[in-house]
Amino acid sequence: MAGKRQSTEKVMRTFFFCVATASIAVLFMIMVFLFMEGLPVFNMVSVKEFLFGVYWYPTSDPPDFGIYPLIVASLAVTAVSAVIAIPLGVMTAIYLAELASKRVAEIFKPIVELLAALPSVVIGFFGMVIVAPFLQQVLGVATGLNLFNAALMLAFMSIPTICSISEDAIYSVPNALREGSLALGATQWETLWRVVVPASISGIATSVILGISRAVGETMVVLMVAGGAAMVPSSIFDPVRPMPASIAAEMAEAPFRGDHYYALFATGIVLFLFTLFFNIIADIIATRYRQVGEASL
Amino acid sequence: MKHFKKALVILLALTFAASAAWAEQLVIKGSTTVLPIAQKVAEAYMKENPEMRISISGGGSGNGIKAIIDGTTDIGDSSRFIKDKEVKLAMERGAYPVPFRVAYDCIVPVVHPSNKVENLTMDALKMIYEGKYKNWNEVGGPDRKIVVISRDTSSGTYEVWEKKVMGKSRVYPGALLQASNGAVAQAVAKNPNTIGYIGLGYMNKDVKPLTVDGIVGSKKTTLNGTFPISRPLYMFTRGWPEGKVVDFLNFVLHPETGQKLVEATGYVPLY
Repeated sequence: MAGKRQSTEKVMRTFFFCVATASIAVLFMIMVFLFMEGLPVFNMVSVKEFLFGVYWYPTSDPPDFGIYPLIVASLAVTAVSAVIAIPLGVMTAIYLAELASKRVAEIFKPIVELLAALPSVVIGFFGMVIVAPFLQQVLGVATGLNLFNAALMLAFMSIPTICSISEDAIYSVPNALREGSLALGATQWETLWRVVVPASISGIATSVILGISRAVGETMVVLMVAGGAAMVPSSIFDPVRPMPASIAAEMAEAPFRGDHYYALFATGIVLFLFTLFFNIIADIIATRYRQVGEASL
Repeated sequence: MKHFKKALVILLALTFAASAAWAEQLVIKGSTTVLPIAQKVAEAYMKENPEMRISISGGGSGNGIKAIIDGTTDIGDSSRFIKDKEVKLAMERGAYPVPFRVAYDCIVPVVHPSNKVENLTMDALKMIYEGKYKNWNEVGGPDRKIVVISRDTSSGTYEVWEKKVMGKSRVYPGALLQASNGAVAQAVAKNPNTIGYIGLGYMNKDVKPLTVDGIVGSKKTTLNGTFPISRPLYMFTRGWPEGKVVDFLNFVLHPETGQKLVEATGYVPLY
């Protein structure tokens, strides 16, 4: 009887090991494929020319493969969207977890989560049809399809991520800390800023990084509303072309295994390294500033 | 056991019957410009030949030709002619791509309906797309900034624009990029400062077509070769087509069937 149980145990363990290995293996193979298809571009241009060249004319003769404007565009759009999304997301989370009455929170929380369920193409369409003409008419900018519009739409997409993860982190701060702080004579405001937020800072930071890394890789929205001009922007109302938009727009018609195809995959590698970087940072913050004791998640 | 064998035989027979039905399938892939033509014509063809199943997908001219080279499709749509590199690759794979001209596309510059400009010369178009003309008053329009809208550099429409309008020079980096004809029309309709270019088939009343060198972009001017920005559209096959494929292509090229539908889709038919 005992022998049978043990063998079941063994079989189950092997089964789950195989499942876990399979998903890792698939991911690893995608990565290998990405590098295999992207690296050949460096036979034609040096890494420096590729990363810091300011002209992106992949189909001209001779072609120019400089993705500097695309990298700047990705960083600029992400930075502006972070400036919009972080305060909104974190403050909404604080309100929902600490200040809102139970009934209000019950109404607001599903609505914020609903934002996450909106398909990105719908958000992109909204930006294109509603926000772009609005920016043109109200601010008088030459085109509403620009960096600011894209950043605003991306902020909509990262707010739910930032808000719901931060809210969980704040919510999990034990009541003992709050009660202790209030008992020492601190006001609710002081308790919030000096006790609750610092206690949940690792969760908040993780949420911010995850929200941002979603914005970096987002494709549909930037393809539809960023404008798509491959130049280094001089104002936040200039059209830009982030890396994912360039890949999505051009990949379908790039000749298979041609130079342009390799260059697009190499752009994919750069994008992959960016998101990897963000995820590693999130991981470091989560482990280094781990909530300890009762405050742990 | 006997029953089991019988069942197996029936099952095998069924499988063969199913695969025979499968053989009546026709696969079409490629250019999104040719896609509406392929769809309309395939619908009509399947109505006449109910045993036929035609599956159509887009993906771009490059993908259509690639599928012909790889042998993963019967017909590859393309809005441009095959490139030297692709011919070389095809030869290496033992494929011989055969082009069929199925229609003409005519690419017309468009502006917002409120724009008073009616006509632009080829030179003016070139200057605008090079970023040298920055204000509409330089081409006889109102004092407004010009917002230039172009297509992604690998689209067939862009290639034609580059070849016919730009010549040796490049579209300047500040031009906005849109990923489809529909998106260009949408962006132009929403912004009075813009200029874009779309296929004649995508023309709608929300945008205003411009004449080029005084010539209206139309069926007539495309076929007689006077409109400067027009191009033929192709369907490629792997080797000379046989059986159902040649039957379908004849249907596409016939003035009374396929070509009627080409016109209904908004492209310029061959006759």
